[in-house]
Amino acid sequence: MDLINNLAMGFGVAFTLNNLMYAFFGCVLGTLIGVLPGLGPVATIAMLLPSIYSLDATPALIMLAGIYYGAQYGGSTTAILINVPGESSSVVTAIDGYQMARQGRAGAALAAAGMGSFFAGCVGTIIIAAFAPPLTELAFKFGPAEYFSLMVLGLIGAVVLASGSLIKAISMIILGLLLAQINTDVISGVPRYSELPFTNINFPELTDGIGFVVIAMGLFGFGEIIANLGQPAEHREVFTKEVKGLWPTRQDFKEAWPAVLRGTALGSLLGVLPGGGALLASFAAYTVEKKIAGPNGRFGKGDIRGVAGPESANNAGAQTSFIPMLTLGIPPNAVMALMVGAMTIKGIQPGPQVMASNPQLFWGLIASMWVGNAMLVILNLPMIGIWIKLLTVPYRFLFPAITLFCCIGTYTLNNNNFDVYMTAIFAVVGYLFYKLKCEPAPLLLGFILGPMMEENLRRALLLSRGDWSTFATRPLSAGLLIASALMIVVVLLPSIKSKREEAFQEAD
Amino acid sequence: MKIKSQQDFFSGLMFLVVGLAFAYGATDYSMGAAARPGPGYFPLILSVLLAILGAIVVFTSLTIEVEGGDPVGHIAWRPLIIIVVAITLFGALLPRLGLVITVPVLIVVVSWAGEEFKWLGVAINSVVLTVFSWLVFVKGLGLTIPVWPGA
Repeated sequence: MDLINNLAMGFGVAFTLNNLMYAFFGCVLGTLIGVLPGLGPVATIAMLLPSIYSLDATPALIMLAGIYYGAQYGGSTTAILINVPGESSSVVTAIDGYQMARQGRAGAALAAAGMGSFFAGCVGTIIIAAFAPPLTELAFKFGPAEYFSLMVLGLIGAVVLASGSLIKAISMIILGLLLAQINTDVISGVPRYSELPFTNINFPELTDGIGFVVIAMGLFGFGEIIANLGQPAEHREVFTKEVKGLWPTRQDFKEAWPAVLRGTALGSLLGVLPGGGALLASFAAYTVEKKIAGPNGRFGKGDIRGVAGPESANNAGAQTSFIPMLTLGIPPNAVMALMVGAMTIKGIQPGPQVMASNPQLFWGLIASMWVGNAMLVILNLPMIGIWIKLLTVPYRFLFPAITLFCCIGTYTLNNNNFDVYMTAIFAVVGYLFYKLKCEPAPLLLGFILGPMMEENLRRALLLSRGDWSTFATRPLSAGLLIASALMIVVVLLPSIKSKREEAFQEAD
Repeated sequence: MKIKSQQDFFSGLMFLVVGLAFAYGATDYSMGAAARPGPGYFPLILSVLLAILGAIVVFTSLTIEVEGGDPVGHIAWRPLIIIVVAITLFGALLPRLGLVITVPVLIVVVSWAGEEFKWLGVAINSVVLTVFSWLVFVKGLGLTIPVWPGA
């Protein structure tokens, strides 16, 4: 049994005192970073890159991996407690998680997120070990047309996610895609939309694009604060004083388990696809759970499945997204790109040969992922009580603190106050969206996928010599597009039905 | 013509205007052809789509009756302005005056946005948060944030 031999070797590497220490350090640091909104794993890993010169390759990568999934975990904590998703992949966790927190069930939400993540992490680790080679074959079959169609599917999934009007949600996605067009064109190198119209005022800072964190902070963090303060204290949407237990009830367990299983399966699958990873996985899982819950459930109003599903999915996705990185050398996201950078610093050429040339590193890293996940659960479950105490702090102390952390977070993105000013603009936009009942979550997803989508669209068109039918004639791409079309039909069905009923009632 | 849903009317208008603005901007960049799409290709498609969707939203808001009329409601000018001013102030002051002065300034200004403003509580909050952010961001994470004025 190769698998068992390999894993045994991996655990041999992971369980040395030195490596355990680095895994622990990475997890603690990652959790901390995840909890502080705005400070992402990308920034932290970038800052730590110089320090790994003094480390061996294996402990260095183990530590960086620890930061990565620690941050995933910490990001969901803030999403649940204060509705500020610390990571892009916890945007959907905020929807039901925050509602649960408001109803005094933050403990159950945090525990569900933690245990779901741990389970998904275990499964993800086994999947990497067992399926890394065959799964890379599938990734090889993906061309630009397939990537584009996959992202269309992801975006349609985001539409299903919005609880309001379908057409407004689609508009928000396109708005997000457009905001992502403010950058330097990757193919021609032309800076786009960095000049104020009719003037010569130019913003060189915009040629790098607007930061994801800037938009997320403005729309979610500040928009929410302004909306909360705008209401009289007695109507304010804060938390119930009574906290109903730290642990999920038996009923919660019964509901959460199937969601965890589904989320894990979905996450492991989507994580392998470069470009999607944890983010697409969590969005897709939320969509699936919402469909399963049906229109009459309390989904969107604090359903534990809306936390357990996406959280398991994003952790499984985070785990399996190591597959394209370790086997193909293709980084599926910014964090993985930095990991590739770290490997090259240590003189390892990432790619299919790593498994053969550095088996200690490869299997040690995989085993340490499991160890890291176990540490996170041990670390975080006792912390739930402390996090909950945070919620009992009066709002007049809490909102200045959130404002401060958001401000510091945006400033440290580039050590530049331009980002802080941009956040102020998006705070106004966020409040506007709130007033107009436009949901910001689809916009954020569109914004994240925008550049990748454009690149793949243009590449696909280039390859097909301008023939749009390439998206329909390539079987994998066609399948993905058909799936998106089906999703729209499914979403439309109930509303068509209810519209019809309205019409009938009027006729009476 | 009467607006049947205020929220939808204004959001549709927003999509329409933003779409047209981006479409106008896209004309500055080369379109290319379908076989060789230029930098203006994708933005133009998107902005035209957004403008069309915006127009549809506006149209439905004028035709389909909605219960209650979805009013936009009053705008919370006070917290809106105070928060925006506070963030801008933070951005302007931090590089010049450093963490120790900027954080208390931010906290005092922001706390003003709430309806309860007690000097003692705000003062304690400022001190605690200044020390906390110094410990976590400067000491713990080693971020390069100016701490003292002129540094």
